[in-house]
Formats: sequence, structure tokens, C-alpha cells
Amino acid sequence: MEARYPARRRPKYLNLLKIRQPLPAIVSILHRISGVLLFFPGIPLFLYGMQMLLQSPETFASLQSGLDQPLCKLFLLLATWFFLHHLFAGIRHLMLDLHYGLQLEHARLSSKLVLATGVILTVLAGIWLW
Amino acid sequence: MVKPAHRVITGAHYGLKDWLVQRITPYLMAGYTGLLIALVVVYQPDSHEEFKALFSIQWIRIASLLFFAGLCWHAWVGVRNVLMDYVHPMPVRLTLQITFLVALLGYLIWFLDILWG
Repeated sequence: MEARYPARRRPKYLNLLKIRQPLPAIVSILHRISGVLLFFPGIPLFLYGMQMLLQSPETFASLQSGLDQPLCKLFLLLATWFFLHHLFAGIRHLMLDLHYGLQLEHARLSSKLVLATGVILTVLAGIWLW
Repeated sequence: MVKPAHRVITGAHYGLKDWLVQRITPYLMAGYTGLLIALVVVYQPDSHEEFKALFSIQWIRIASLLFFAGLCWHAWVGVRNVLMDYVHPMPVRLTLQITFLVALLGYLIWFLDILWG
């Protein structure tokens, strides 16, 4: 005879929007997302900025006035966060490669540190920008 | 018994090289970022002429190019990993890989032009 289990409301399939991801998973996927965004539109925008910076006094001036726009500043700040998060999460991955912080509680602590450091430095950069 | 190799044309190169590149280039990029911050803090350039003068110094140009080449290589390995995870049909993956490679080479030439042009 088949075993009968009481009907329980449990998730039956993987729904990424319904699963509560652990913090290391969030830090990891943000590392990937920030990496992709730094690749595009990050690299072309960086090159465009470098070109305006070095081409002529006129392009330098328009770069300056462009970056003074609040929307541009916000965008720059977002890019700063992506960069910092990618940097610190990358350092964490390098540490994990060297077998530092492999235990669960250490991995949780380091992911908290990575997330916090990125956000705090971004806030500081924002204060400096405004 | 040796298993037959199921090598995919758009797969990884089945070796340590890319894995290692992905872990060595960050030191180059982080080092350059530190250098750039130090230069800006020390010289405090705030006009076109001052930035231009800074980036006319030969070793700074070379360091910048090394940084950017490292960045492109790092971006290539990373983006290829992402494509291998999410894009499975071979023709689509190959097309995207070629697109990104050509784009990265174009960026490298653009940066060369910015630095030396």
C-alpha cells in the first residue's frame, strides 16, 4: 500500500523569485551582474569618458558639465557601486580559492563584509561627489 | 578507460589557462586603480591640460594600456563563462562570442588611439 502523506503547501518547483537566497548567493549573483554591466555599457562609457577627458579643452568642459547633471552623478554612483562590489566580491572569491573562509559562518560573515564595504564606500563616494 | 572527449567548439579550452588569467588580471587592474588614485591625489589635475600632461608620460601610457589589456582579457573570460551558463544553442553562442571578441578588440584599438593618438 502506498504511503499517504498529509497535503502540505510546499514549493514544488524552483521559482527564483520565491526562493529566499542566502547572502553568499546574493553577493555571488551581484558579482556576476555587476561584471556583465561593467562589460557593457561600462567599458564603452569608460572609453568615451577617457576620450572626452583627453581630446580637447572643449570636450573636457562638456564632460565636466555633463557629469554635473544629477542624473549623471547618480549613474556614476551606481557604476561606482558595481565596480566596488565586483572588486570586493572578487577578492572574496580569490580568498575562497586559497581555502580561506570556507566554513559556513566564515562565508556568511565575509559576504556580509563584502556587501557592506561596497555600499559604505559608495555612500562615501556619493557624499564626496555632492 | 579513457572517455571520448566531447569537446564543444564554443566551450572552454579545458585547461588552467583561462581560470588562471581570470585570477591574475585582477591584480593588474587593482594595482592600476591604486596607482591612478595616487596620481590624482598627488598631482590633483583639474584641467584638460593637466590631465593631458599626466597621460603624456610614457610609463603612465604603458601602465594604462597594460591595465586595459588585462581588463579586456578578464572581461572576455567572464563574459564567455556567462554565455556558457545561459546560452546553449551553439550558433547563437558562437555568434555572441565572436561579437564580444570583436568588440573587445575594437575597444583596445580605441583606447590605443585615445592614449597615443
